[in-house]
Amino acid sequence: MISLSDVSKSYAGRRVLGPISLELPAGGITALVGPNGAGKSTLLTIMGRLLDPDTGSVVVGGADVATTPSRELAKILSILRQENHFITRLTVAQLVAFGRFPHSRGRLTAEDHAHVERALDFLGLGDLRDRFLDELSGGQRQRAYVAMVLAQDTRYILLDEPLNNLDIHHAVSMMRQLRRAADELGKTFVIVIHDINFASAYADRIVALRDGELVSVGTPAEIMRDDVLGALFDTEVRVRSDGPYPLAVYYR
Amino acid sequence: MLEASREARVWPRFVILGVVAAVCALGVLTWGIGPEPGSRGFWLVVERRGITVATMIVVAAAQSVATVLFHTATSNRILTPSIMGFEALYVVMQTALVFFWGAQSLAATDGLLKVALQSALMVVFATLLYRWLFSGRLGNLHTMLLVGVILGMGFASVATFMQRMLTPSEFDVLSARLFGNMSNSNPEYIPWATLVIGAVIAIVWVKRHRLDVLALGRETATNLGLNFRGEVTQLLVITAVLISISTTMVGPLTFFGFIVATLAYQLTGSSRHAHVLPFAFLLGLITLLGGYFILRHVFSAAGVLSVLIEFVGGLFFLIFLLRKGRL
Repeated sequence: MISLSDVSKSYAGRRVLGPISLELPAGGITALVGPNGAGKSTLLTIMGRLLDPDTGSVVVGGADVATTPSRELAKILSILRQENHFITRLTVAQLVAFGRFPHSRGRLTAEDHAHVERALDFLGLGDLRDRFLDELSGGQRQRAYVAMVLAQDTRYILLDEPLNNLDIHHAVSMMRQLRRAADELGKTFVIVIHDINFASAYADRIVALRDGELVSVGTPAEIMRDDVLGALFDTEVRVRSDGPYPLAVYYR
Repeated sequence: MLEASREARVWPRFVILGVVAAVCALGVLTWGIGPEPGSRGFWLVVERRGITVATMIVVAAAQSVATVLFHTATSNRILTPSIMGFEALYVVMQTALVFFWGAQSLAATDGLLKVALQSALMVVFATLLYRWLFSGRLGNLHTMLLVGVILGMGFASVATFMQRMLTPSEFDVLSARLFGNMSNSNPEYIPWATLVIGAVIAIVWVKRHRLDVLALGRETATNLGLNFRGEVTQLLVITAVLISISTTMVGPLTFFGFIVATLAYQLTGSSRHAHVLPFAFLLGLITLLGGYFILRHVFSAAGVLSVLIEFVGGLFFLIFLLRKGRL
């Protein structure tokens, strides 16, 4: 379970987030949605202890994010941000192997190698394993980062826009893989996502944020409504329910 | 596997560098000695030159390790502690010691304790300063480079100002301390310098895997369970210790660390600190020994080694920046 209580963050006196109190059960996929500047990424980085909140506390899987040693936390929770660039030149396999660092402290065991191989397979990176990251396309790189986080093998995984840079094929397969990891391996995902229809198709819960405030929390069926989405994005949205999952139509 | 073969290619390179360094050392030690090899006079000369070689080993180790660690701690591969005014800071502190407490304070306080105190003070300054500089508040590397260079100049000016106010005899004692050179360093420093550097290198070796993770930057390193702030502070401490040792022995060397580290990244073919650090050390040693040998025996001008290294290093820095087109 992830529980946030009274979490808030201000920059230069301007409040960008909160105060937010929220409980997310373990298991499944939670999508954070909302317009630009709603505080989705800020909330995610605070959950992942990359940013300290001004007030409030975050407890993930029983561990208080502020007080638990980072080393212990890295076995419970992993977080991937949108922009990653490294000064070292790494191959895909080397990057993914870093995901094992919390467990191996740098000396990979046979078990660690097995985790790395599984993560590479899971994201279809087998052929790219020995390519350097700077030789890959944005989408391939994105998958390599996600593979690193999967190799870390934590119960809770926070992803900031994992579909960034991915084409339709890879976006769909990424979401299917996350769904599979949630269902088969019992992982808990919290993802920031821009495409509301992906959230509708794959998430168990949608958390809607606007101007740093919690607007609504619910299942896709509860959030995917004309009035809720229209108010959230300030755009006329019509939700069609004639398919397997509700679909928001807002393109013109 | 490709990865394994890439790693395997590292070792032959080590052997080549090691042999070149050993040949250079042998050359510096024994070339062009008047007395017959094996005679007492011969060994006396070798012994005296041995001090130079030992100094170079210490300096190469200190500068190369300090630069690579600074790069890792600050997630950049351009700025080095020397370019950012680290050594100028050391010069200011030495000068201030003489300025406020007189020349005898330098000699009276020599020894491990002083080095420890001095390093501690430098560490406090440097950590505060560079933590602030690299906190991201200044935005980009250009601004930081500018601030760093200006700070370095500022430190140098403050030092010059205080030196002007010293009595000639105090100034003499101070300059003997500050403007060391390779062939004429103080042999009594070598034992403790070796001791400290040995200890530091042992610590760095234990941390080598953590350093690889730190190089991935704050967010990734934190995600992988490192206390980023704490680790970076430790690295800045280590850098301060190493640079103060190197500067004590041979004076400021602005671009030496830059050349050695940059070449090491290019030539090692591995991103692991376990490979890059020894590689950078060997490259540094070859640069110093080889440069000294050539200057001394080909051009009969051993004293200008550090000038030459600065010249070549500065050019190299410019070329690197221009070719890359960005910082």
